[in-house]
Amino acid sequence: MTALDIAASVRSGERSAVEVVEEHLARIAASESDIHAFNLVMGEQARAAAAAVDARVSAGEEAGPLAGVPVALKDNLCTRGVPTTCSSKILEGWVPPYDATVVTRLIKAGAVPVGKTNLDEFAMGSSTENSAFGPTKNPRDPRRVPGGSSGGSAAAVAAGFAPLAVGSDTGGSIRQPAAFCGVVGVKPTYGAVSRYGLIAFASSLDQIGPFAHTVADAALLLEVMGGHDPADSTSIAEPAASLSASLTEGVNGLRIGIVTELSGRGIAPDVAARLGEAVAVLTAAGAEVDEVSVPAAIHGLPAYYLIAPAECSSNLARYDGVRYGLRVDGPDVEAMNGATREAGFGAEVKRRIMLGTYALSAGYYDAYYGKAQKVRTLIIRDFGAAYAEFDLLLSPTAPTTAFELGAKTADPYSMYLSDVCTIPSNLAGHPAMSVPFGTGDDGLPVGVQVLAPALGEPTMFRAAAVLEGAMNERGAA
Amino acid sequence: MSERLTRDDVVYVAHLARLDLDAAEIDLFTEQLASILDHAADVAALDIADVPPTAHPLPLVNVLRDDEVTPSLDRDEVLAQAPAVQDHRFRVPRILGEAQ
Repeated sequence: MTALDIAASVRSGERSAVEVVEEHLARIAASESDIHAFNLVMGEQARAAAAAVDARVSAGEEAGPLAGVPVALKDNLCTRGVPTTCSSKILEGWVPPYDATVVTRLIKAGAVPVGKTNLDEFAMGSSTENSAFGPTKNPRDPRRVPGGSSGGSAAAVAAGFAPLAVGSDTGGSIRQPAAFCGVVGVKPTYGAVSRYGLIAFASSLDQIGPFAHTVADAALLLEVMGGHDPADSTSIAEPAASLSASLTEGVNGLRIGIVTELSGRGIAPDVAARLGEAVAVLTAAGAEVDEVSVPAAIHGLPAYYLIAPAECSSNLARYDGVRYGLRVDGPDVEAMNGATREAGFGAEVKRRIMLGTYALSAGYYDAYYGKAQKVRTLIIRDFGAAYAEFDLLLSPTAPTTAFELGAKTADPYSMYLSDVCTIPSNLAGHPAMSVPFGTGDDGLPVGVQVLAPALGEPTMFRAAAVLEGAMNERGAA
Repeated sequence: MSERLTRDDVVYVAHLARLDLDAAEIDLFTEQLASILDHAADVAALDIADVPPTAHPLPLVNVLRDDEVTPSLDRDEVLAQAPAVQDHRFRVPRILGEAQ
Protein backbone atom coordinates (compact mmCIF):
# COMPACT_ATOMS: atom_id res chain seq x y z
CA MET A 1 0.00 0.00 0.00
CA THR A 2 1.33 3.45 -0.88
CA ALA A 3 1.66 6.27 1.63
CA LEU A 4 -1.03 8.17 -0.26
CA ASP A 5 -3.45 5.22 0.08
CA ILE A 6 -2.65 4.74 3.77
CA ALA A 7 -3.16 8.43 4.56
CA ALA A 8 -6.46 8.51 2.63
CA SER A 9 -7.79 5.41 4.38
CA VAL A 10 -6.74 6.68 7.82
CA ARG A 11 -8.25 10.13 7.22
CA SER A 12 -11.53 8.59 6.07
CA GLY A 13 -11.64 6.31 9.10
CA GLU A 14 -11.55 3.20 6.92
CA ARG A 15 -8.39 2.03 8.71
CA SER A 16 -6.90 3.12 12.01
CA ALA A 17 -3.35 4.43 12.28
CA VAL A 18 -2.80 1.96 15.13
CA GLU A 19 -3.75 -0.93 12.85
CA VAL A 20 -1.37 0.35 10.15
CA VAL A 21 1.55 0.77 12.54
CA GLU A 22 0.99 -2.69 14.11
CA GLU A 23 1.11 -4.24 10.64
CA HIS A 24 4.45 -2.57 9.93
CA LEU A 25 5.90 -3.33 13.38
CA ALA A 26 4.97 -6.99 12.82
CA ARG A 27 6.84 -6.97 9.49
CA ILE A 28 9.85 -5.41 11.23
CA ALA A 29 9.71 -8.04 13.99
CA ALA A 30 9.60 -10.81 11.38
CA SER A 31 12.64 -9.86 9.28
CA GLU A 32 14.63 -7.00 10.82
CA SER A 33 17.14 -9.49 12.25
CA ASP A 34 18.03 -10.50 8.65
CA ILE A 35 18.27 -6.92 7.34
CA HIS A 36 19.39 -4.67 10.21
CA ALA A 37 17.78 -1.56 8.72
CA PHE A 38 17.36 0.06 12.14
CA ASN A 39 19.60 1.22 14.95
CA LEU A 40 16.44 1.60 17.02
CA VAL A 41 12.85 0.51 16.47
CA MET A 42 10.56 3.01 18.19
CA GLY A 43 7.70 0.58 18.89
CA GLU A 44 6.25 2.30 21.93
CA GLN A 45 6.57 5.83 20.53
CA ALA A 46 5.12 4.71 17.20
CA ARG A 47 2.05 3.18 18.87
CA ALA A 48 1.52 6.38 20.87
CA ALA A 49 1.93 8.59 17.78
CA ALA A 50 -0.52 6.41 15.84
CA ALA A 51 -3.05 6.60 18.67
CA ALA A 52 -2.72 10.38 18.63
CA VAL A 53 -3.48 10.42 14.89
CA ASP A 54 -6.54 8.23 15.45
CA ALA A 55 -7.71 10.62 18.17
CA ARG A 56 -7.43 13.53 15.71
CA VAL A 57 -9.47 11.59 13.15
CA SER A 58 -12.22 10.62 15.58
CA ALA A 59 -12.40 14.20 16.91
CA GLY A 60 -13.07 15.33 13.34
CA GLU A 61 -9.80 17.27 13.17
CA GLU A 62 -7.57 17.47 10.08
CA ALA A 63 -5.16 14.54 10.55
CA GLY A 64 -2.65 15.69 7.93
CA PRO A 65 -1.39 14.63 4.50
CA LEU A 66 0.62 11.76 6.02
CA ALA A 67 -2.04 10.67 8.52
CA GLY A 68 -0.96 7.35 10.02
CA VAL A 69 1.87 6.74 7.53
CA PRO A 70 4.84 4.93 9.11
CA VAL A 71 8.13 6.66 8.32
CA ALA A 72 11.72 5.58 9.02
CA LEU A 73 14.23 8.27 9.99
CA LYS A 74 17.94 8.16 9.24
CA ASP A 75 19.76 8.10 12.56
CA ASN A 76 21.52 11.42 11.90
CA LEU A 77 18.23 13.31 12.35
CA CYS A 78 17.72 14.60 15.87
CA THR A 79 14.69 13.20 17.66
CA ARG A 80 13.87 14.68 21.05
CA GLY A 81 14.00 12.04 23.77
CA VAL A 82 15.03 9.30 21.32
CA PRO A 83 18.71 8.29 21.02
CA THR A 84 20.45 9.59 17.87
CA THR A 85 23.77 7.96 17.13
CA CYS A 86 24.92 8.68 13.54
CA SER A 87 25.96 4.99 13.81
CA SER A 88 28.98 6.18 15.80
CA LYS A 89 30.30 5.07 19.15
CA ILE A 90 31.12 8.71 19.89
CA LEU A 91 27.36 9.52 20.08
CA GLU A 92 26.14 6.18 21.46
CA GLY A 93 23.51 6.83 24.11
CA TRP A 94 23.14 10.53 23.30
CA VAL A 95 19.55 11.76 23.56
CA PRO A 96 18.91 15.00 21.63
CA PRO A 97 17.11 17.78 23.50
CA TYR A 98 15.30 18.87 20.33
CA ASP A 99 13.69 17.59 17.12
CA ALA A 100 15.04 18.26 13.63
CA THR A 101 12.69 20.55 11.68
CA VAL A 102 11.81 17.72 9.28
CA VAL A 103 10.81 15.53 12.23
CA THR A 104 8.56 18.28 13.60
CA ARG A 105 6.97 18.72 10.17
CA LEU A 106 6.44 14.98 9.68
CA ILE A 107 4.69 14.61 13.03
CA LYS A 108 2.54 17.67 12.35
CA ALA A 109 1.57 16.05 9.02
CA GLY A 110 0.38 12.94 10.87
CA ALA A 111 3.33 10.66 10.04
CA VAL A 112 4.29 7.95 12.53
CA PRO A 113 8.08 7.57 13.04
CA VAL A 114 8.80 3.84 13.48
CA GLY A 115 12.56 3.88 13.95
CA LYS A 116 16.02 5.33 13.43
CA THR A 117 17.80 3.77 10.47
CA ASN A 118 21.36 2.58 10.14
CA LEU A 119 23.93 4.56 8.15
CA ASP A 120 27.61 4.74 7.40
CA GLU A 121 29.09 6.47 10.44
CA PHE A 122 28.29 10.21 10.19
CA ALA A 123 26.97 9.49 6.65
CA MET A 124 30.48 8.80 5.34
CA GLY A 125 30.36 5.83 3.02
CA SER A 126 28.56 4.15 0.15
CA SER A 127 27.61 0.76 1.59
CA THR A 128 26.45 1.21 5.23
CA GLU A 129 29.36 -1.06 6.17
CA ASN A 130 30.98 1.82 8.07
CA SER A 131 28.33 1.68 10.80
CA ALA A 132 29.71 1.09 14.30
CA PHE A 133 26.70 -1.18 14.86
CA GLY A 134 27.23 -3.51 11.90
CA PRO A 135 26.16 -3.39 8.25
CA THR A 136 22.65 -3.29 6.81
CA LYS A 137 21.85 -6.01 4.24
CA ASN A 138 20.15 -5.36 0.92
CA PRO A 139 16.57 -6.75 1.15
CA ARG A 140 16.79 -7.79 -2.55
CA ASP A 141 19.81 -10.00 -1.76
CA PRO A 142 21.17 -10.13 1.81
CA ARG A 143 24.69 -10.93 0.57
CA ARG A 144 24.79 -7.50 -1.05
CA VAL A 145 25.15 -4.03 0.44
CA PRO A 146 22.12 -1.72 0.40
CA GLY A 147 24.35 1.17 -0.68
CA GLY A 148 24.99 4.13 1.53
CA SER A 149 25.19 6.15 3.45
CA SER A 150 21.38 6.07 3.91
CA GLY A 151 21.38 2.27 3.47
CA GLY A 152 19.09 1.65 6.43
CA SER A 153 16.44 4.05 5.12
CA ALA A 154 16.55 2.54 1.61
CA ALA A 155 16.40 -1.00 3.03
CA ALA A 156 13.51 -0.11 5.37
CA VAL A 157 11.39 0.97 2.40
CA ALA A 158 12.49 -1.93 0.18
CA ALA A 159 11.72 -4.44 2.95
CA GLY A 160 8.25 -2.98 3.57
CA PHE A 161 9.13 -1.83 7.09
CA ALA A 162 7.77 1.63 6.22
CA PRO A 163 6.35 3.06 2.99
CA LEU A 164 8.43 6.21 3.49
CA ALA A 165 11.88 6.98 4.82
CA VAL A 166 14.01 10.07 5.25
CA GLY A 167 17.69 10.19 4.36
CA SER A 168 20.44 12.71 3.75
CA ASP A 169 22.54 13.07 0.61
CA THR A 170 25.99 14.68 0.61
CA GLY A 171 27.47 12.96 -2.46
CA GLY A 172 24.78 10.44 -3.40
CA SER A 173 23.76 9.02 -0.02
CA ILE A 174 20.04 8.95 -0.89
CA ARG A 175 20.18 8.22 -4.64
CA GLN A 176 22.80 5.44 -4.68
CA PRO A 177 21.10 3.30 -1.96
CA ALA A 178 17.73 3.97 -3.61
CA ALA A 179 19.17 2.55 -6.85
CA PHE A 180 20.72 -0.45 -5.07
CA CYS A 181 17.50 -1.30 -3.20
CA GLY A 182 15.07 -0.60 -6.06
CA VAL A 183 13.20 2.35 -4.55
CA VAL A 184 12.76 6.04 -5.41
CA GLY A 185 15.23 8.44 -3.76
CA VAL A 186 15.47 12.22 -4.12
CA LYS A 187 18.16 14.77 -3.34
CA PRO A 188 16.36 18.12 -3.45
CA THR A 189 17.86 21.48 -4.39
CA TYR A 190 20.31 22.65 -1.73
CA GLY A 191 18.32 24.74 0.76
CA ALA A 192 14.92 23.32 -0.24
CA VAL A 193 14.66 21.27 2.97
CA SER A 194 15.78 22.61 6.35
CA ARG A 195 18.95 21.05 7.73
CA TYR A 196 18.15 22.15 11.30
CA GLY A 197 18.67 19.06 13.44
CA LEU A 198 20.48 17.12 10.72
CA ILE A 199 23.83 16.27 12.25
CA ALA A 200 26.33 17.96 9.93
CA PHE A 201 28.82 16.12 7.74
CA ALA A 202 29.67 18.63 4.95
CA SER A 203 27.41 21.64 5.38
CA SER A 204 27.65 23.07 1.84
CA LEU A 205 26.64 19.69 0.35
CA ASP A 206 24.29 18.00 2.87
CA GLN A 207 20.63 17.89 1.96
CA ILE A 208 17.70 15.91 3.41
CA GLY A 209 15.38 14.04 1.06
CA PRO A 210 12.75 11.31 0.72
CA PHE A 211 12.72 7.57 -0.04
CA ALA A 212 9.51 5.90 -1.25
CA HIS A 213 8.21 3.06 -3.42
CA THR A 214 6.50 5.46 -5.80
CA VAL A 215 7.32 8.82 -7.35
CA ALA A 216 4.01 10.24 -6.06
CA ASP A 217 4.81 9.20 -2.48
CA ALA A 218 8.28 10.75 -2.72
CA ALA A 219 6.68 13.98 -4.01
CA LEU A 220 4.24 14.01 -1.09
CA LEU A 221 6.99 13.47 1.50
CA LEU A 222 9.14 16.19 -0.04
CA GLU A 223 6.21 18.62 -0.04
CA VAL A 224 5.69 17.96 3.68
CA MET A 225 9.38 18.35 4.58
CA GLY A 226 10.31 21.27 2.36
CA GLY A 227 9.89 25.01 2.59
CA HIS A 228 11.58 27.83 4.43
CA ASP A 229 12.73 27.35 8.02
CA PRO A 230 14.04 30.33 9.99
CA ALA A 231 16.15 27.91 12.06
CA ASP A 232 18.38 27.14 9.04
CA SER A 233 20.19 30.19 7.64
CA THR A 234 20.79 28.34 4.35
CA SER A 235 17.12 27.48 3.90
CA ILE A 236 15.66 28.98 0.70
CA ALA A 237 13.16 31.71 1.56
CA GLU A 238 10.29 30.11 -0.32
CA PRO A 239 7.54 27.63 0.50
CA ALA A 240 7.92 24.03 -0.65
CA ALA A 241 7.39 23.56 -4.39
CA SER A 242 4.16 21.90 -5.44
CA LEU A 243 5.08 18.59 -7.07
CA SER A 244 2.04 16.34 -6.84
CA ALA A 245 -0.22 18.60 -8.90
CA SER A 246 1.95 18.48 -12.04
CA LEU A 247 3.17 14.89 -11.65
CA THR A 248 1.21 13.49 -14.58
CA GLU A 249 1.97 16.26 -17.07
CA GLY A 250 4.44 14.07 -18.95
CA VAL A 251 7.58 15.02 -20.86
CA ASN A 252 6.14 15.94 -24.25
CA GLY A 253 8.33 18.67 -25.73
CA LEU A 254 10.95 18.56 -22.95
CA ARG A 255 14.60 18.54 -23.96
CA ILE A 256 16.55 15.90 -22.04
CA GLY A 257 20.35 15.51 -22.22
CA ILE A 258 22.28 12.32 -21.50
CA VAL A 259 25.47 13.39 -19.70
CA THR A 260 28.33 11.89 -21.71
CA GLU A 261 30.86 12.05 -18.85
CA LEU A 262 28.55 10.17 -16.45
CA SER A 263 27.13 7.59 -18.84
CA GLY A 264 30.01 5.99 -20.73
CA ARG A 265 33.37 5.03 -19.28
CA GLY A 266 33.19 3.00 -16.06
CA ILE A 267 29.46 2.22 -16.37
CA ALA A 268 28.60 -1.50 -16.34
CA PRO A 269 27.08 -2.67 -19.67
CA ASP A 270 23.82 -3.86 -18.09
CA VAL A 271 23.36 -0.50 -16.32
CA ALA A 272 24.12 1.34 -19.57
CA ALA A 273 21.54 -0.84 -21.35
CA ARG A 274 18.82 0.17 -18.86
CA LEU A 275 19.74 3.84 -19.41
CA GLY A 276 19.29 3.28 -23.13
CA GLU A 277 15.83 1.83 -22.50
CA ALA A 278 14.95 4.83 -20.33
CA VAL A 279 15.94 7.11 -23.21
CA ALA A 280 13.61 5.13 -25.51
CA VAL A 281 10.74 5.52 -23.03
CA LEU A 282 11.24 9.28 -22.71
CA THR A 283 11.57 9.68 -26.48
CA ALA A 284 8.38 7.70 -27.03
CA ALA A 285 6.68 10.01 -24.53
CA GLY A 286 7.56 13.02 -26.67
CA ALA A 287 10.84 14.25 -25.17
CA GLU A 288 13.75 15.29 -27.38
CA VAL A 289 16.72 13.34 -26.06
CA ASP A 290 20.32 13.98 -27.07
CA GLU A 291 23.83 13.62 -25.65
CA VAL A 292 25.36 16.58 -23.85
CA SER A 293 28.82 17.13 -22.43
CA VAL A 294 29.41 18.44 -18.91
CA PRO A 295 33.21 18.40 -19.17
CA ALA A 296 34.06 19.37 -15.57
CA ALA A 297 31.96 16.50 -14.22
CA ILE A 298 35.01 14.24 -14.58
CA HIS A 299 36.70 16.29 -11.85
CA GLY A 300 33.70 16.00 -9.53
CA LEU A 301 34.88 12.94 -7.63
CA PRO A 302 38.40 14.14 -6.73
CA ALA A 303 37.10 17.65 -5.94
CA TYR A 304 34.42 16.17 -3.71
CA TYR A 305 36.98 14.08 -1.83
CA LEU A 306 38.80 17.29 -0.92
CA ILE A 307 35.79 19.52 -0.17
CA ALA A 308 33.67 17.04 1.81
CA PRO A 309 36.55 15.88 4.07
CA ALA A 310 37.62 19.50 4.61
CA GLU A 311 34.13 20.45 5.78
CA CYS A 312 33.83 17.23 7.81
CA SER A 313 37.12 17.85 9.61
CA SER A 314 35.72 21.18 10.74
CA ASN A 315 32.20 19.96 11.58
CA LEU A 316 33.41 16.93 13.54
CA ALA A 317 35.74 19.02 15.69
CA ARG A 318 32.74 19.36 18.03
CA TYR A 319 33.09 15.75 19.18
CA ASP A 320 35.67 16.56 21.81
CA GLY A 321 34.29 14.76 24.86
CA VAL A 322 33.13 17.98 26.54
CA ARG A 323 29.41 18.59 26.00
CA TYR A 324 27.91 15.27 24.90
CA GLY A 325 28.71 11.74 23.86
CA LEU A 326 31.74 9.67 24.69
CA ARG A 327 34.60 10.87 26.90
CA VAL A 328 37.83 8.97 27.46
CA ASP A 329 39.58 10.73 30.32
CA GLY A 330 43.15 11.99 30.19
CA PRO A 331 45.48 14.03 32.37
CA ASP A 332 44.68 17.25 30.53
CA VAL A 333 42.04 18.41 28.10
CA GLU A 334 44.11 17.88 24.95
CA ALA A 335 44.89 14.29 25.93
CA MET A 336 41.20 13.77 26.73
CA ASN A 337 40.19 15.15 23.29
CA GLY A 338 42.65 12.91 21.44
CA ALA A 339 41.81 9.75 23.37
CA THR A 340 38.06 10.36 23.06
CA ARG A 341 38.20 10.88 19.30
CA GLU A 342 40.54 7.92 18.78
CA ALA A 343 38.16 5.63 20.69
CA GLY A 344 34.91 7.08 19.37
CA PHE A 345 35.43 7.39 15.60
CA GLY A 346 35.65 4.52 13.12
CA ALA A 347 38.27 4.12 10.38
CA GLU A 348 36.47 5.93 7.53
CA VAL A 349 35.58 8.94 9.69
CA LYS A 350 39.20 9.19 10.87
CA ARG A 351 40.42 8.86 7.28
CA ARG A 352 38.23 11.75 6.16
CA ILE A 353 39.08 13.95 9.14
CA MET A 354 42.76 13.36 8.36
CA LEU A 355 42.31 14.05 4.65
CA GLY A 356 40.32 17.21 5.32
CA THR A 357 42.71 18.50 7.97
CA TYR A 358 45.59 17.93 5.56
CA ALA A 359 43.78 19.63 2.65
CA LEU A 360 43.14 22.68 4.84
CA SER A 361 46.57 22.83 6.47
CA ALA A 362 49.14 25.55 5.85
CA GLY A 363 51.01 25.02 2.59
CA TYR A 364 48.37 22.76 1.04
CA TYR A 365 45.20 24.85 1.27
CA ASP A 366 45.58 26.56 -2.14
CA ALA A 367 46.75 23.44 -3.94
CA TYR A 368 43.97 21.19 -2.67
CA TYR A 369 40.95 22.87 -1.06
CA GLY A 370 41.31 26.09 -3.07
CA LYS A 371 41.61 24.20 -6.38
CA ALA A 372 38.64 21.99 -5.51
CA GLN A 373 36.51 25.08 -4.90
CA LYS A 374 37.46 26.37 -8.34
CA VAL A 375 36.49 23.03 -9.87
CA ARG A 376 33.16 23.50 -8.17
CA THR A 377 32.75 26.73 -10.11
CA LEU A 378 33.61 24.92 -13.37
CA ILE A 379 31.01 22.23 -12.65
CA ILE A 380 28.34 24.88 -12.00
CA ARG A 381 29.31 26.68 -15.24
CA ASP A 382 29.26 23.48 -17.31
CA PHE A 383 25.88 22.42 -15.88
CA GLY A 384 24.65 25.95 -16.64
CA ALA A 385 25.69 25.57 -20.28
CA ALA A 386 23.96 22.17 -20.48
CA TYR A 387 20.76 23.53 -18.95
CA ALA A 388 20.74 26.35 -21.50
CA GLU A 389 20.03 23.63 -24.07
CA PHE A 390 18.19 21.04 -21.99
CA ASP A 391 15.41 21.06 -19.38
CA LEU A 392 16.67 17.92 -17.64
CA LEU A 393 19.73 15.69 -17.71
CA LEU A 394 19.96 11.92 -17.43
CA SER A 395 22.58 9.40 -16.29
CA PRO A 396 22.79 6.13 -14.41
CA THR A 397 22.52 6.63 -10.62
CA ALA A 398 25.45 4.31 -9.91
CA PRO A 399 27.97 2.60 -12.21
CA THR A 400 26.93 -0.90 -11.10
CA THR A 401 24.19 -2.74 -9.24
CA ALA A 402 24.64 -3.50 -5.51
CA PHE A 403 28.01 -5.09 -4.79
CA GLU A 404 28.74 -7.84 -2.27
CA LEU A 405 29.37 -7.07 1.39
CA GLY A 406 33.11 -6.63 1.94
CA ALA A 407 33.90 -6.23 -1.77
CA LYS A 408 35.22 -2.67 -1.51
CA THR A 409 36.11 -2.15 2.15
CA ALA A 410 39.86 -2.70 1.68
CA ASP A 411 40.25 -0.01 -1.01
CA PRO A 412 38.62 3.30 -0.02
CA TYR A 413 38.90 4.83 -3.50
CA SER A 414 37.10 1.92 -5.18
CA MET A 415 34.24 2.57 -2.75
CA TYR A 416 34.30 6.30 -3.55
CA LEU A 417 33.87 5.51 -7.29
CA SER A 418 30.39 4.24 -6.49
CA ASP A 419 29.29 7.91 -6.18
CA VAL A 420 30.83 9.20 -9.40
CA CYS A 421 27.45 9.90 -11.06
CA THR A 422 25.77 11.48 -8.05
CA ILE A 423 28.48 13.82 -6.69
CA PRO A 424 28.29 16.58 -9.36
CA SER A 425 24.72 17.54 -8.35
CA ASN A 426 25.80 18.03 -4.73
CA LEU A 427 28.72 20.23 -5.77
CA ALA A 428 26.34 22.35 -7.89
CA GLY A 429 23.53 22.38 -5.29
CA HIS A 430 21.11 20.98 -7.87
CA PRO A 431 18.32 18.44 -7.39
CA ALA A 432 18.56 14.89 -8.74
CA MET A 433 16.63 11.70 -8.15
CA SER A 434 16.96 7.98 -8.71
CA VAL A 435 14.08 6.02 -10.23
CA PRO A 436 14.11 2.20 -10.26
CA PHE A 437 14.37 1.08 -13.87
CA GLY A 438 14.61 -2.67 -14.35
CA THR A 439 17.38 -4.96 -13.21
CA GLY A 440 20.94 -5.84 -14.14
CA ASP A 441 22.23 -9.19 -15.39
CA ASP A 442 22.40 -10.29 -11.74
CA GLY A 443 18.69 -9.58 -11.23
CA LEU A 444 19.42 -6.65 -8.91
CA PRO A 445 17.77 -3.23 -9.28
CA VAL A 446 19.17 -0.53 -11.56
CA GLY A 447 18.45 3.15 -10.96
CA VAL A 448 18.23 5.87 -13.57
CA GLN A 449 19.14 9.36 -12.37
CA VAL A 450 17.15 12.40 -13.48
CA LEU A 451 19.01 15.67 -12.87
CA ALA A 452 17.55 19.18 -12.92
CA PRO A 453 18.77 22.75 -12.40
CA ALA A 454 18.21 24.43 -9.01
CA LEU A 455 14.50 24.40 -8.06
CA GLY A 456 13.73 22.25 -11.10
CA GLU A 457 11.98 19.58 -8.99
CA PRO A 458 8.53 19.88 -10.60
CA THR A 459 9.91 19.04 -14.06
CA MET A 460 12.28 16.40 -12.64
CA PHE A 461 9.37 14.58 -10.97
CA ARG A 462 7.37 14.60 -14.21
CA ALA A 463 10.15 12.72 -16.02
CA ALA A 464 10.49 10.33 -13.08
CA ALA A 465 6.76 9.61 -13.25
CA VAL A 466 7.03 8.77 -16.96
CA LEU A 467 9.86 6.31 -16.30
CA GLU A 468 7.91 4.76 -13.41
CA GLY A 469 4.79 4.47 -15.57
CA ALA A 470 6.74 2.56 -18.24
CA MET A 471 8.08 0.16 -15.61
CA ASN A 472 4.59 -0.44 -14.22
CA GLU A 473 3.30 -1.19 -17.73
CA ARG A 474 6.18 -3.56 -18.32
CA GLY A 475 5.36 -5.31 -15.02
CA ALA A 476 1.68 -5.56 -15.91
CA ALA A 477 2.37 -6.86 -19.42
CA MET B 1 52.44 17.93 -4.76
CA SER B 2 55.56 16.36 -6.16
CA GLU B 3 56.59 14.95 -2.78
CA ARG B 4 54.26 12.21 -1.55
CA LEU B 5 52.55 12.34 1.85
CA THR B 6 54.94 10.95 4.50
CA ARG B 7 54.47 9.17 7.80
CA ASP B 8 55.64 12.36 9.56
CA ASP B 9 52.92 14.33 7.76
CA VAL B 10 50.33 11.87 9.05
CA VAL B 11 51.62 12.16 12.62
CA TYR B 12 51.51 15.96 12.37
CA VAL B 13 47.99 16.05 10.87
CA ALA B 14 46.72 13.56 13.48
CA HIS B 15 47.91 15.96 16.15
CA LEU B 16 46.15 18.90 14.45
CA ALA B 17 42.96 16.79 14.25
CA ARG B 18 43.27 15.62 17.89
CA LEU B 19 43.28 11.94 16.95
CA ASP B 20 45.56 9.68 19.04
CA LEU B 21 46.16 7.26 16.16
CA ASP B 22 48.07 4.08 17.00
CA ALA B 23 51.13 3.00 15.02
CA ALA B 24 49.18 0.62 12.79
CA GLU B 25 46.67 3.33 11.89
CA ILE B 26 49.46 5.77 11.08
CA ASP B 27 51.03 3.23 8.70
CA LEU B 28 47.68 2.42 7.07
CA PHE B 29 46.65 6.06 6.67
CA THR B 30 50.06 7.03 5.26
CA GLU B 31 49.46 4.57 2.45
CA GLN B 32 45.73 5.21 1.96
CA LEU B 33 45.82 9.00 2.17
CA ALA B 34 48.75 9.17 -0.26
CA SER B 35 46.78 7.01 -2.67
CA ILE B 36 43.64 9.17 -2.38
CA LEU B 37 45.76 12.32 -2.85
CA ASP B 38 47.22 10.81 -6.04
CA HIS B 39 43.69 10.98 -7.46
CA ALA B 40 43.41 14.58 -6.26
CA ALA B 41 46.61 15.43 -8.15
CA ASP B 42 44.60 15.85 -11.37
CA VAL B 43 42.59 18.58 -9.69
CA ALA B 44 45.68 20.15 -8.14
CA ALA B 45 47.36 20.22 -11.56
CA LEU B 46 44.53 22.07 -13.33
CA ASP B 47 45.50 25.50 -14.64
CA ILE B 48 42.51 27.46 -13.38
CA ALA B 49 44.11 30.44 -11.67
CA ASP B 50 41.51 32.85 -13.12
CA VAL B 51 38.47 30.83 -12.00
CA PRO B 52 36.82 32.17 -8.84
CA PRO B 53 36.27 29.60 -6.06
CA THR B 54 32.79 28.43 -4.99
CA ALA B 55 32.49 27.78 -1.27
CA HIS B 56 28.75 27.30 -1.26
CA PRO B 57 25.96 26.62 -3.79
CA LEU B 58 23.80 29.51 -2.56
CA PRO B 59 24.67 33.22 -2.48
CA LEU B 60 24.84 33.41 1.31
CA VAL B 61 23.80 36.56 3.08
CA ASN B 62 23.56 37.30 6.76
CA VAL B 63 20.14 36.49 8.17
CA LEU B 64 18.92 39.21 10.51
CA ARG B 65 15.93 39.26 12.82
CA ASP B 66 14.61 41.37 15.65
CA ASP B 67 16.38 40.76 18.93
CA GLU B 68 13.47 39.11 20.67
CA VAL B 69 13.82 36.65 23.52
CA THR B 70 12.62 33.18 22.53
CA PRO B 71 12.77 29.92 24.48
CA SER B 72 16.16 28.16 24.51
CA LEU B 73 17.05 24.53 25.13
CA ASP B 74 16.43 23.51 28.72
CA ARG B 75 19.71 23.84 30.64
CA ASP B 76 19.27 20.73 32.76
CA GLU B 77 18.22 18.63 29.75
CA VAL B 78 21.36 19.72 27.90
CA LEU B 79 23.68 19.20 30.85
CA ALA B 80 22.18 15.75 31.47
CA GLN B 81 23.89 14.67 28.22
CA ALA B 82 27.36 15.86 29.24
CA PRO B 83 30.07 13.38 30.29
CA ALA B 84 30.87 15.48 33.41
CA VAL B 85 29.10 18.42 35.03
CA GLN B 86 29.81 20.60 38.02
CA ASP B 87 27.77 23.55 39.32
CA HIS B 88 25.60 23.64 36.16
CA ARG B 89 28.67 23.78 33.94
CA PHE B 90 30.56 21.35 31.69
CA ARG B 91 33.46 19.93 33.69
CA VAL B 92 36.73 19.26 31.80
CA PRO B 93 40.19 18.03 32.81
CA ARG B 94 43.05 20.46 33.43
CA ILE B 95 43.53 22.90 30.54
CA LEU B 96 46.87 24.49 31.49
CA GLY B 97 50.09 22.57 32.30
CA GLU B 98 51.68 22.52 35.78
CA ALA B 99 54.18 25.25 34.88
CA GLN B 100 51.45 27.67 33.80
